[in-house]
Amino acid sequence: MKMLIVDDSFVIRKTIEKYAIDLGIKDIYTAPNGREAIRIFGQESPSLVTMDITMPEMDGIECLEELLKLDPSAKIIIITALKDSATGLLALKKGASGFISKPFTPEQIRDEIISVTGGNI
Amino acid sequence: MKEQELKYFIDVVVNYFRDISGEPSEMGIPFIKEKNTILLDYTGLIGISGTKKGAIYLTASREMLSEITTILLGYENPEEELVVDMAGEIANTIAGNVRENFGASFMISVPIILKGCPEDVIIRMIPPIFIIPIKWRNHSAFLAVGLE
Repeated sequence: MKMLIVDDSFVIRKTIEKYAIDLGIKDIYTAPNGREAIRIFGQESPSLVTMDITMPEMDGIECLEELLKLDPSAKIIIITALKDSATGLLALKKGASGFISKPFTPEQIRDEIISVTGGNI
Repeated sequence: MKEQELKYFIDVVVNYFRDISGEPSEMGIPFIKEKNTILLDYTGLIGISGTKKGAIYLTASREMLSEITTILLGYENPEEELVVDMAGEIANTIAGNVRENFGASFMISVPIILKGCPEDVIIRMIPPIFIIPIKWRNHSAFLAVGLE
């Protein structure tokens, strides 16, 4: 399975990547903003994406909509510090498959990935 | 800035350290800085707009940020780029988490990361600036909140 991690924080990209590798995911790509994410998504067609919301260039909600236009079957998990319920509802309404608020634990990342992929890693 | 609003920030900081390390931080008594301010090795600053205006920042020692990065990544002596980035990520998480209390119209910027003590950090803060002392393990840090 191919996975794309989108977050403007280098340390968060590395952290999610580590948890994904521990889970057995091998083909992992990373992007620091929405525009770069769309470029990589178009080239590599990952089936799983983790997406931050507050990012430069293009925010995560706009990027989520663009990625789902390219592949409506993509599973996109929002991982954001924005903890208000309105943001969570908006993300799910726009087509996110899952939502995790920061700070997160390895278990939260693992459980959400298994949940949205049905364990097909 | 109301006392209850300041408490939202304190609760978020305590929960942050508890969630990442299992050890909540100890919070000191907040105090006000009118003109100059406190900056340690690395600082993550978040601009705030919408219903509140101004900025917040988290400032910490390199050693503290390195220790938190080690917890996340699982190895000692993480690369400097990751340690610097950690300051911005903690500030981002604190500002984002308080939206649970302030609501979605509490708009936050992407983090600005500062090294050392640049003179212009005060510009984005709207006085009075509340400084909240943070103790976690054997480290000290400060959260500054300057909002109108």
